[in-house]
Amino acid sequence: MELVSEVGYFIATGLLILGLQRMSSPRTARGGIVWAGIGMLLAVVVTFGYPAHSYSLHPESVVGLADWRLGLIVGALALGGIPAWWSGRRVPITEMPQMVAIYNGLGGGAAATIAAVEMYSGHAYLTGLTLPIIAVTGAMVGSIAFGGSIVAFLKLQGWMMSPRFPGRRAVNLILTLAVLALAVCSIFPSSASPFIRMPVIWIQTIFFIVAVALGVLITLPIGGADMPVVISTYNASIGLAVGFEGFVVHNPAMIIAGTVVGAAGGLLTYLMATAMNRSFGEIWLSEFGDVALATGEGAPRTMQSMEPSDAAATMAYSESVIVVPGYGLAVAQAQHKLWDLVQLLQNKGVRVRFAVHPVAGRMPGHMSVLLAEAGVPYDLISDLEEINGDFPTTDVALVIGANDVVNPAARTDKTSPIYGMPILNADQARQVFVIKRGRGTGFSGVENELFFGPNTRMVFGDARSVINQMIQSLREL
Amino acid sequence: MISGFTALYIFMVTAFAGYEIISRVPVILHTPLMSGSNFVHGIVLVGALLVLAQARGTLELTIAFISVVMATSNVVGGYVVTERMLEMFKSKGKE
Repeated sequence: MELVSEVGYFIATGLLILGLQRMSSPRTARGGIVWAGIGMLLAVVVTFGYPAHSYSLHPESVVGLADWRLGLIVGALALGGIPAWWSGRRVPITEMPQMVAIYNGLGGGAAATIAAVEMYSGHAYLTGLTLPIIAVTGAMVGSIAFGGSIVAFLKLQGWMMSPRFPGRRAVNLILTLAVLALAVCSIFPSSASPFIRMPVIWIQTIFFIVAVALGVLITLPIGGADMPVVISTYNASIGLAVGFEGFVVHNPAMIIAGTVVGAAGGLLTYLMATAMNRSFGEIWLSEFGDVALATGEGAPRTMQSMEPSDAAATMAYSESVIVVPGYGLAVAQAQHKLWDLVQLLQNKGVRVRFAVHPVAGRMPGHMSVLLAEAGVPYDLISDLEEINGDFPTTDVALVIGANDVVNPAARTDKTSPIYGMPILNADQARQVFVIKRGRGTGFSGVENELFFGPNTRMVFGDARSVINQMIQSLREL
Repeated sequence: MISGFTALYIFMVTAFAGYEIISRVPVILHTPLMSGSNFVHGIVLVGALLVLAQARGTLELTIAFISVVMATSNVVGGYVVTERMLEMFKSKGKE
């Protein structure tokens, strides 16, 4: 049995890595998730078949076939699996980012609770110092990422705003130091007790609570274009936490798969932060929302608006159009209608392309997924570097529900919180049409100069109904 | 089983592998890949199962139970969402 489980974990780990590798290329991506899925299933089956594998929390009390605890295990699988399957199936594509955030956070919670059992039972402290250090570090990372991911989910879902209170940075600093101190106390529980007159189990419990609270507090003020980086960071750190707990339970599949995700996720986070020209420290420590509030001053200016039919006619008689999609397109579920509109324009001989900002929407590549769903071919979609030089020679830039990623303040206004972030230079097109629901600011709360530009016309309304009206008037032309 | 420097070597090589796997990924796959890697760290379910299968006493059983519930959500939700995202790429490729 030992050998069978050994081989099983070996094959499962290979399948997981192979799946991840295949998921990084459009051709093989779909097969990739299936390979990884088979690997996961194999790993779980092997664990069921031989739950004593190299791990001995209480070797004498390993669950048997006629054991009531087997029902507990099956119950836990159902309780976790069925709601997740149901919610994952039915969420609209717009809400997938927050679903990734919540499933991700629960994985972090699982890593932290594994460590919790190890620490409470004393099993982690039996041999040497390495195991407690690894267990507690994984618990800390997992707990912080758990708290943070839940907040990311609640914020993206719109169930939570950013409460502001003075001295948040000081509170965060104190909490960070407290978590580190409690972590050290949890690593050396026996030497901590002379100083803190408290049972070890209380120290460990406070450690977990404070770590989760820290995750909540550091994520609260983050918003706007920074949110994708936050989710990606938590994804990577939970991968690491899983790898760490893999050492603790002596499971090679967990060690390898967790570490691979940690490294891959870390690189993805770095790529995204680079695309936004923001450093890691800026994202995690800046009080993004607070600065944004101060910049909305100045004389009231007017936006010039336009009817959808007029905008459609102008586009029909132009040579080139670049479409800049944003979160508004996802909210309105207008991607299919948009593709209809673009095909109509193409039939009239207009050259239409899509400009996708790496962080448009609420996740990296969010727009690419949305356009792919509507059936837009890859070769019509260009990224920032490819297309930015073409805006000055383009007749119309059609901005749909995008805001921060086309805000020229990122190039010009040094006081703006988004200064330095690479943007799509939609303002340089000969004409700019902006489809937008209302006059408010974007997710980051920053005023957008583009909307007041002399060559900009605002087409107010929900993206889907505006695009519908455009299609109508194009058919009548 | 795995100890000391062997563990460090495994950690180092695995980290390089993870880095290489993602370094050539096009922007268009960023979201599905993040979701996919989220699914892969759902392997934490194995650890949660091991712990629950050997847990003893109310406290350990309760925590381990919660652990399995959370890990299963990670696995199942991660798979379903990733699969749905990638499905769109397939229907697109045929056209």
